Amino acid sequence: MNLILQIAKRILSAIPSLIGVVIVTFLLTRVLPGDTAAYFAGPAATPTAIEEVRKKLGLDKPLGAQFVAYVEALAHGDLGNSLTTGQPVTQDLAARLPASAELTLIGLIASMLISIPLGILAAVKQGSLIDHACRLIATAGVSLPVFFTGLLLVYVFYYLLGWAPAPLGRLDVFYSPPPTVTGFYLIDSLLAGDLETFRATAAQLALPAITLGLFALAPIARITRASMLSVLAADFIRTARASGLSARTVIITYAFRNAMLPVVTTLGMVFSFLLGANVLVEKVFAWPGAGSYAVEALIASDYAPVQGFVLAMAVLYILLNLLIDVAYGFIDPRVRLEG
Amino acid sequence: MSETSVDTIPRHATGLAATLQHARYVIGENPVTGLSVSLFALLLIAALFGPWLVPYDPLASDTNLALHTPTPQHWFGTDQLGRDIFSRVVVATRLDMGIAIASVAAVFIIGGFAGLIAGYFGGWTDRIISRLADTIMAFPLFVLAMGIVAALGNTVTNIVIATAIINFPLYARVARTETNVRRDAGFVQAARLTGNSEMRILLTQIAPNLLPIMIVQMSLTMGYAILNAAGLSFIGLGVRPPTPEWGIMVAEGSGFIVSGEWWIALFPGLALMLAVFCFNLLGDGLRDIFDPQRRT
Repeated sequence: MNLILQIAKRILSAIPSLIGVVIVTFLLTRVLPGDTAAYFAGPAATPTAIEEVRKKLGLDKPLGAQFVAYVEALAHGDLGNSLTTGQPVTQDLAARLPASAELTLIGLIASMLISIPLGILAAVKQGSLIDHACRLIATAGVSLPVFFTGLLLVYVFYYLLGWAPAPLGRLDVFYSPPPTVTGFYLIDSLLAGDLETFRATAAQLALPAITLGLFALAPIARITRASMLSVLAADFIRTARASGLSARTVIITYAFRNAMLPVVTTLGMVFSFLLGANVLVEKVFAWPGAGSYAVEALIASDYAPVQGFVLAMAVLYILLNLLIDVAYGFIDPRVRLEG
Repeated sequence: MSETSVDTIPRHATGLAATLQHARYVIGENPVTGLSVSLFALLLIAALFGPWLVPYDPLASDTNLALHTPTPQHWFGTDQLGRDIFSRVVVATRLDMGIAIASVAAVFIIGGFAGLIAGYFGGWTDRIISRLADTIMAFPLFVLAMGIVAALGNTVTNIVIATAIINFPLYARVARTETNVRRDAGFVQAARLTGNSEMRILLTQIAPNLLPIMIVQMSLTMGYAILNAAGLSFIGLGVRPPTPEWGIMVAEGSGFIVSGEWWIALFPGLALMLAVFCFNLLGDGLRDIFDPQRRT
């Protein structure tokens, strides 16, 4: 009961952020360069046509009324129409989000599988070769422009070695996408029992996911190392060691569980970076996700998709942070009690 | 570790002398910081004197020379229009550094001042500024920068503005916390008692105390600002071709990677990486000098 109350409280606390995000995206739609109505009316429009569009879009009303109309449209899931695809932005984004989500999640999981053990080893063997390697990766990793790493990987693994397929989207043209269930090609192809498509999907996914993973490696490894170091210096670890517990038990059962808490918190920040890096990686690998959709719209000066994308990413980010906080409550009983 | 490094400063050495002594100690102990200082000098020379140092005009194209691998004449090769990539990479330093420095300077003044008054006056000032910072942080930052540039217009100035805005929370928060601790310090109360106005106290008594930590912050965010600006121009925002800029040069070279012309994207990418690496190392070094307790 207490836990449910706690979660409800946390969900409520996300509301001011959501309101802030909606206000900022609204303001972004109203400071478009030049006259918004003239822009939406098209280049050949007459002054009367522009006035008509202004009325239709409600741009002649005071800012407050415009905001109410904006929120009302949002509540109906209406983000406007894309000029380039001619479709509602909501529909376009929904169609493209699974591609981005699959890429980001695989990248993050791969990254955690490497960075967490690396950080733990670096902390346990402080000052050793692996510790220095960890520090080097942590500093070099944050310095790498993610689009540059992606291109380097393409050059080495596609052009030189020929191991990876051409960086052109989610699936080679010879394959047809699996029937949509989750929108994740990896899962959908398995559900359809199509191992060949699964293999092709995984091959396409490997390089962009590694690129994103390399990007997330540095912050996670760094925080795991720092967090493990501070836990390993704690009294209860000394006591556990003094009581003759094996190093394995001390590190995995005692230290690791406690050290995980700051790492989970850091994941929130990592997500902020990943959602941004995702845009660049999608551009490099011609990945048909939400990020490349926004970039294409940006280049074509098609603003509704960009604003829809910014809002969608912000809401997603707030929800992810919420999820992390709730998970935190489950992992750490102390957080629950303090509430 | 951190405590010993503080204690090695003799008590009688104060102010600048102590800082210099400690700086020498930190650089001596960590040669990487020394390396970053020399890298920084190199970047500075390229940014200030680049256009006079390069062997070719960065905009001059020569289709006979298009897509040449690196040679003794063209150290970094030539691009699809036959322009010398070495010259372009060096000349681009000024624009890339300029964008980063302008945005960091802007956010240093605006974010720093916002944090200063939030921490000093508290109350509604604090609530509004903190809420503003929280709202910015609620966005994935690069995505917000994209949205800002899209909304304000696709120009280099707006890249500077967007980069400054997404860094605002970091500066405002640090300045706010640092001001808050000093708000009722003895020297502030003394200044108040002698009849100084609040604004005067803020600017002459408190602000100078924030400088060291804000300088560290600037150096740490410089790298991020460079990456952010280059990322925006990589997706086609801000800088337009044929202007030499690292992000757009990598973007131009990205189409040639699949056909094996690696040098077009590699060299501007490496320059970008080195610049960011330099500022991150420099930031770590400066932090060790100014803020020994946060050493990692």
